[in-house]
Amino acid sequence: MRSPNDWVSLLETVPDPEIPVLNVVEMGIVRSVECPNNTIIIKITPTYMGCPAMDAIADDIRSKLAPVAKEESKTLSVELVYSPAWTTDWLDDTAKAKLEKYGIAPPGKTSDKRALQGEPTEIQCPHCKSKDTRLVSLFGSTACKAHYQCNSCSEPFDYFKCI
Amino acid sequence: MNARFEYLLRLGDDALIMGQQLGLWTGHGPVLEEDIALTNIGLDQIGQARAWLTLAGRCEEKGRDEDQLAYFRPPAEFRNALLCERPNGHFGDTITRQFLFDAYATELHAGLCHSEDSEIAAIARKSAKESAYHLRHSRAWMIRLGDGTEESHHKLQNSLNEIMPYAEDLFYTDTVTALAASEGWGIDPSSLRDAWDTHVEEMLKESGLNRPQSTAEQTGGRMGQHSEQLSQLLKEMQVLPRTYPNAEW
Repeated sequence: MRSPNDWVSLLETVPDPEIPVLNVVEMGIVRSVECPNNTIIIKITPTYMGCPAMDAIADDIRSKLAPVAKEESKTLSVELVYSPAWTTDWLDDTAKAKLEKYGIAPPGKTSDKRALQGEPTEIQCPHCKSKDTRLVSLFGSTACKAHYQCNSCSEPFDYFKCI
Repeated sequence: MNARFEYLLRLGDDALIMGQQLGLWTGHGPVLEEDIALTNIGLDQIGQARAWLTLAGRCEEKGRDEDQLAYFRPPAEFRNALLCERPNGHFGDTITRQFLFDAYATELHAGLCHSEDSEIAAIARKSAKESAYHLRHSRAWMIRLGDGTEESHHKLQNSLNEIMPYAEDLFYTDTVTALAASEGWGIDPSSLRDAWDTHVEEMLKESGLNRPQSTAEQTGGRMGQHSEQLSQLLKEMQVLPRTYPNAEW
């Protein structure tokens, strides 16, 4: 019989649909795994309220884990929770390194909310590592990203907004 | 009357109508980045609407979910503030409506973080981060256009003159808001006015725009008294689920 940690290992094989280099555990979307009686309850939280990937993520989790749960004659339930609110602080250094390698500038070290309040932040180009970059738009290809361009190598890139 | 249901409908309908209006900009933004920005903000607001309306449906205890509340109510049962249903107009009109709303939403969500209803507080804490970011965007445009060319300044001043009287509806108080505040699960919107006004004053100072002199404030949205614009908007938003009820894709 699988322990909660075993279920987390399985969840680590479910990629984020928008940022496939990270799995749903690394993204901080999976908040808890509990196995009371004959059920497995997985709680997930959205990065942004309107994140259109949430339904897809819940479906992906179900399609991957439900057959395994069935083997153990257990029911799987995926629940959506809003509290505590998702923060980029839940992305650890490994996850941030993966983001950068993928071409997305990772969020800053702390959610000091400077970005939210409009104060200038220093964003490093994920391609040439130059810190001479400029904000093109506060809103990028998904709700969790902003759009930047590097002044040194001219490459446009996404920046994972610090929230 | 179920006060908590009524209150949550107001929160949900404001976000839903704002989000739907921004969705109409898809493919029509003045530049690609702005097209993406408006629809991103719209998406956040639809997400917030979904959370508020889901909770509203649960409080009502009549088995209605967020889709039933969004798609199967007629205009007179909508509780959004009149500001939200002002037409998109040109980009300056949309940005003005958005700024006036964002300044309110930022304060509202910050206040609701302390709600004694843990579910309301959870949605508010999540929404607060988003509305702060939205305000940063709409405020920047107010300043950029207000302090831009003679033409952009003139256009934005006209937008402000026309739209600002409708912001009054955001601060409408009645027995619902009184109960929300006294029981601690919601807030009296009139208590947000000073903070909202500070946002507006700072924006006016930086943009060089003038405060409109109009005193013809408009209210009624919280009681279901809406403009023709809302009927048109809902007609488009609701046509598919009403034509094919229970359709799934």
